Amino acid sequence: MQAFTTLSSSLLPIDRPNVDTDAIIPKQYLKSIRRSGFGPNLFDDWRYLDAGEPDQSCEGRRLNPEFILNDERYRNAEIILGRENFGCGSSREHAVWAFQDYGVRALLAPSFADIFFSNCFKNGLLPIILEPALIDELFIASLADAETSVSIDLESQTIIRDGKPMADFEVDEFKKHCLLNGLDEIGITLKYAEKIKAFEAAQKNSAPWLYSND
Amino acid sequence: MSGLSLYDKLWNAHVVHRQKDATCLIYIDRHLVHEVTSPQAFEGLRLAGREPWRTASVLAVPDHNVPTTKRDQEIEDPVSRKQLAALDENCSSFGVQKFEMNDIRQGIVHVIGPEQGASLPGMTIVCGDSHTSTHGALAALAFGIGTSEVEHVLATQCLLLKKTKSMRIDLEGELQVGVSAKDLVLAVIAEIGTAGGTGYTIEFAGSAIRNLSIEGRMTICNMAIEAGARAGIIGVDERTLDYVAGRPFSPKGDDWEQAKADWSKLVSDADAHFDKVIRIDINALKPQVSWGTSPEMVVAVDALVPDPEQESSDSKAEGMRNALIYMGLKAGQAVKDIVIDKVFIGSCTNSRIEDLRAAAIVVQGRQLAGTIKLGLIVPGSGLIKQQAEKEGLDKIFLDAGFEWREPGCSMCLGMNADQLEAGERCASTSNRNFEGRQGQGGRTHLLSPAMAAAAGIAGHLTDVRDYL
Ligand code: SF4
Repeated sequence: MQAFTTLSSSLLPIDRPNVDTDAIIPKQYLKSIRRSGFGPNLFDDWRYLDAGEPDQSCEGRRLNPEFILNDERYRNAEIILGRENFGCGSSREHAVWAFQDYGVRALLAPSFADIFFSNCFKNGLLPIILEPALIDELFIASLADAETSVSIDLESQTIIRDGKPMADFEVDEFKKHCLLNGLDEIGITLKYAEKIKAFEAAQKNSAPWLYSND
Repeated sequence: MSGLSLYDKLWNAHVVHRQKDATCLIYIDRHLVHEVTSPQAFEGLRLAGREPWRTASVLAVPDHNVPTTKRDQEIEDPVSRKQLAALDENCSSFGVQKFEMNDIRQGIVHVIGPEQGASLPGMTIVCGDSHTSTHGALAALAFGIGTSEVEHVLATQCLLLKKTKSMRIDLEGELQVGVSAKDLVLAVIAEIGTAGGTGYTIEFAGSAIRNLSIEGRMTICNMAIEAGARAGIIGVDERTLDYVAGRPFSPKGDDWEQAKADWSKLVSDADAHFDKVIRIDINALKPQVSWGTSPEMVVAVDALVPDPEQESSDSKAEGMRNALIYMGLKAGQAVKDIVIDKVFIGSCTNSRIEDLRAAAIVVQGRQLAGTIKLGLIVPGSGLIKQQAEKEGLDKIFLDAGFEWREPGCSMCLGMNADQLEAGERCASTSNRNFEGRQGQGGRTHLLSPAMAAAAGIAGHLTDVRDYL
């Protein structure tokens, strides 16, 4: 997993409450057998004027000029700015995979849906909960000027704007540790590889039948 | 100091490492894999350049998407075809053992695990599927996991978990003729509710459990998840050992003797602590049927469809009203008057040989009602199908007008061509009656195989005891 220490980027404001996982990545793409490649279909229904199918190239599809993802000025933003209950809906991880594939590294919102929130961490994205007033302020600034950017410093748990600290944020200790060091849970577990091997050696002794096919 | 519960024993035997906050690294003995929740996990391994930790612990089988007819031809649905091809590709490139679709050993993952002896007492067993709880009937700690966790287990053979609370449900008494394990578990869910087991591992115990076959116990543990519990378990007894003996993956020779001795300890100590104990008397239990869109919306077959206006909780009443609308039913109508369109006998809850036998007893010498559009019998595995054919059950079903299909999940969730049309009503031996579960707009009544068979003969829900 890519480590997350600091990130400076402009914002991509998605100005609606209750953005659900079906909106983030519509149902038909859940049938995909891949975890990457969802980026072009991020917010598919809002982003394109024509219907999309899995495996279809998005080149040449008709873009919805009203939707902010199609506004060139916001193209390089790596931080999503969202409203309350962001990421509600199903438990599938495809929604997070879509953001990741698109190039999003962090999300700011007044609240997130539980499972989406935890899925973000499992995939190296940093979701940050901020006061509604601060979120409002950022929406106004970002919609007025696409260049509006912030810096996120995970170590000190602060957000910096125009060189000045703007807000502190909370993050679970263990999750912070994983992100800072680029450790996914698998990476963490593999640190105990020797213990796992020792467990296996002991088990092989006490219950050899569990290893008869190895 | 109190003694240890079965759950404590299974947990303790698999702790690789304990963190300060009580999160444990738990070793996984058996990883069952199917085509729907595994492709992204394998891809994750590839992207990270990781190898599976222990391929010998993994057994893969396609079940959710497979068609139940024309297996000798190419699969029509391109999406299903692709998912099956991906499973093939992943298993062969990572060296994972897999049963092909047309292998006689193929079937629903939760049916073939125990059948092959791949699921054994004392094991930790996971699969990217919530009904993994089924395998707990063999005194194994078995539960469903998500795609990230599938990848985690593939890569490390472990999971980071916190222990759940533990509950024991004592089912005491004797089952009446015509009443089965399915009726028992439906009654349990009706009693404790779909969230009653949330945060718990449930141990099923009591005289009714001891008198059940292993197949019946699997039916019970299968639906522990519908009661909100991630895992359901049952202690080892003679029946467990008899069931496991001689299966392809089961221990042999000296190993068998040692395993048997070890497994005999896989019961809760008499003074074990449980966070909650519930006792249900089952002597008077009648055949059960679900009337609504949640597995707790269950009544006895001779009851009336319940009235939301009699319900004291507002939110529950609202749920009941919505369920009545979706199901096209009226409060106060007799359950036995509910006319059905299709019958589905199958799924990891009720597709084992015993289930097919119970249905065949009802069907023998009778005909599906003329109004029934489809009576589907889908054995849980190729071996079950073969056994049933040896016993002539297929003929009984075919003579009565049922269809005899190839094994798979089929109309339990309708990922293949076997689905309900909008508005169609089905007597189904599966485990979930959620809106749209068996097909968009489809209406599901959960019941036992014998009850489903009787409903097919009558053309409406009916009391199987009148057919025995
Ligand atoms: S039979 Fe139904 S519940 Fe069981 S694994 Fe298949 S889809 Fe899931």
